[in-house]
Amino acid sequence: MYSQGLIGADSSTTESEEFLKAFQARVDREEKIEPNDPMPEGYRRTLVRQIGQHAHSEIVGMLPEGNWITRAPSLRRKIALLAKVQDEGGHGLYLYSAAETLGVSREQMTEELLSGKAKYSSIFNYPTPTWADIGAIGWLVDGAAIMNQIPLCRCSYGPYARAMIRVCKEESFHQRQGYEIMMTLAKGSEEQKEMAQDALNRWWWPSLMMFGPSDSESTNSDQSMMWKIKRFSNDELRQKFITATVPQAEYLGLTIPDPDLRWNEKTQAYDHGEIDWAEFKAVIKGDGQMNRDRLRARNKAWDEGAWVREAALAHARKRADMKPIAQEAAE
Amino acid sequence: MTDKHDLTPLWEVFIRPRNGLHHRHVGSLHAADSALALQSARDVYTRRGEGNSIWVVRSSDIAASDPSFAEPNFEPADDKIYRHPTFYDIPDEVGHM
Amino acid sequence: MAAAVASAEDAVLRAILEIADDGLILGHRLSEWCGHAPMLEEELALANMGLDLLGQARALYAHAGALEGKGRTEDDFAFLRRERDYVNCLLVERDNRDFAHTMLRQLYFAAFMQPFWHATVQTSSDETLRGIAAKADKEMSYHLRHSGEWVIRMGDGTEESAARMADAVNELHRYTGELFMVSPARQQAIAAGLLPDPESLRDEWDETIATVFRAAKLELPEIRTMQKGGRDGIHGEDMGHLLAELQFMQRAYPGQTW
Repeated sequence: MYSQGLIGADSSTTESEEFLKAFQARVDREEKIEPNDPMPEGYRRTLVRQIGQHAHSEIVGMLPEGNWITRAPSLRRKIALLAKVQDEGGHGLYLYSAAETLGVSREQMTEELLSGKAKYSSIFNYPTPTWADIGAIGWLVDGAAIMNQIPLCRCSYGPYARAMIRVCKEESFHQRQGYEIMMTLAKGSEEQKEMAQDALNRWWWPSLMMFGPSDSESTNSDQSMMWKIKRFSNDELRQKFITATVPQAEYLGLTIPDPDLRWNEKTQAYDHGEIDWAEFKAVIKGDGQMNRDRLRARNKAWDEGAWVREAALAHARKRADMKPIAQEAAE
Repeated sequence: MTDKHDLTPLWEVFIRPRNGLHHRHVGSLHAADSALALQSARDVYTRRGEGNSIWVVRSSDIAASDPSFAEPNFEPADDKIYRHPTFYDIPDEVGHM
Repeated sequence: MAAAVASAEDAVLRAILEIADDGLILGHRLSEWCGHAPMLEEELALANMGLDLLGQARALYAHAGALEGKGRTEDDFAFLRRERDYVNCLLVERDNRDFAHTMLRQLYFAAFMQPFWHATVQTSSDETLRGIAAKADKEMSYHLRHSGEWVIRMGDGTEESAARMADAVNELHRYTGELFMVSPARQQAIAAGLLPDPESLRDEWDETIATVFRAAKLELPEIRTMQKGGRDGIHGEDMGHLLAELQFMQRAYPGQTW
């Protein structure tokens, strides 16, 4: 899962006009750009930043849902949740790999996350106090992520597009997993219904914020569109998400916490209330309820794992001639 | 910053979906040695029955062709149409050939 | 408890619950790593092993419920018993501590369970158990290989990793004796031809551990007294906290469907 958050393109560049024109022509022809191809420095930097943020979001995103794996209410739910959170780790791994083709190491990216320099999706800085949050995250947060990620499968950068194809294929069960939890709660006891409504109330607005600032506020977004890193604007994607989600909430018998939400016949879309951008900015800046806890947890895992990684390297150096156990490589 | 010497090496992963097909590049991962790389490749890239055989190769051991030399490398093949069956005119009466 | 075993049916049920509980509790422990592993690649490996074990537990609970015939489901067994009624061995409930403890615990367990399932496939008179065993045999083969490789790397890695591995051996080896102990219930299941006799697996286990330890430059400790109690439902003090988490929803919201 993922949000495009505050990512803008970095258009500063030292390349010649002719080079930039030829590059743009390739992109316009829908040719994929591959790792060793010549590319503007701004294109490379934008991708490193966007893919890095995307990868960090997957990794930090493991924490709020991971909070419920040991407390999941049935074995079926436990297994599904563990597999889903595991997938998110896998997706982080695919994305770090895609970024590494641009000449940045996973260690460098990890250090930027751990130091607080790199950003990740603000949605993961909200807490998960109830089991219904696991349903709401799968339904809304993964739902919003899918809106974002499907167009990224056609991104101009080959390794990113390929990673996203794999991610989208694997994530197809994630949103269903969440919605199924919500359905069970909505059909359950009064207390369970309240739990579901409470989770929707808390996750609705942060989910809308996942698409990033309004188009009128979004800086450098045009350059990303020109380079076909991004295919739709923040507001377009947000609107698509609302259109898809409103009937799903109605089916559950839950109320979306926005009194201004109504269908507009003229625009053929939902009008919605004002998003609290001050809250969004505060969370991005590190002042969300869980920001510090998330970074502390990531730092702890990394620091406590250091001796394990060092041991594996030390062992490899001792046995530099070690042969793989498996035989496949001999074919 | 981490010392270059301490970086866990990067490996490219190739999976054969089933017998009779080629191994195909699916992505990469980090591992200290080839045995761990094979195990991680299994855990990361075959969670949904994607294959029955894995190759891993250290990324630094791959030699790649130069993209700026792509035209001299590959364009000369484009006009050698006589390598393709449709270049040759055989009447329909002869049957499938 | 042991004295309460009244009939052959009860004994078989309880013997199956022993191995089912092993899977549930060790799967639970592995799932605690999720989001906190030493490297991303191991996140995937630990979760895979946890999912294997939880899957085995589900199949075994379902089988136990069918044998019992009182309509108890996998979740009734997993979530609605008292601590004293869980009959997993002590080894699997030991806390994760660090990656050395976690991988050694996995090695000890897999080195026993892989041959256990292998023998079950070949000799069990129960068709359902043979089916569960065939799948579990392959899963535990992988756990054995993965944990063995890591024990070797940590044992023969850096000074710190070697010290941590030695500490883990010192801590956990005394829980391995219980793998081979046979409860009265288990004895009946063995006599009925349902499950293999653990004693017949001891040589293979000894050899596996000796081979890995040689490569890992680890020494087998002298154990004065092997710990036991889990099969009688007498668990360590961590177990109550593990169950408080595992059963949280059932305790906070009794009788609901999720």
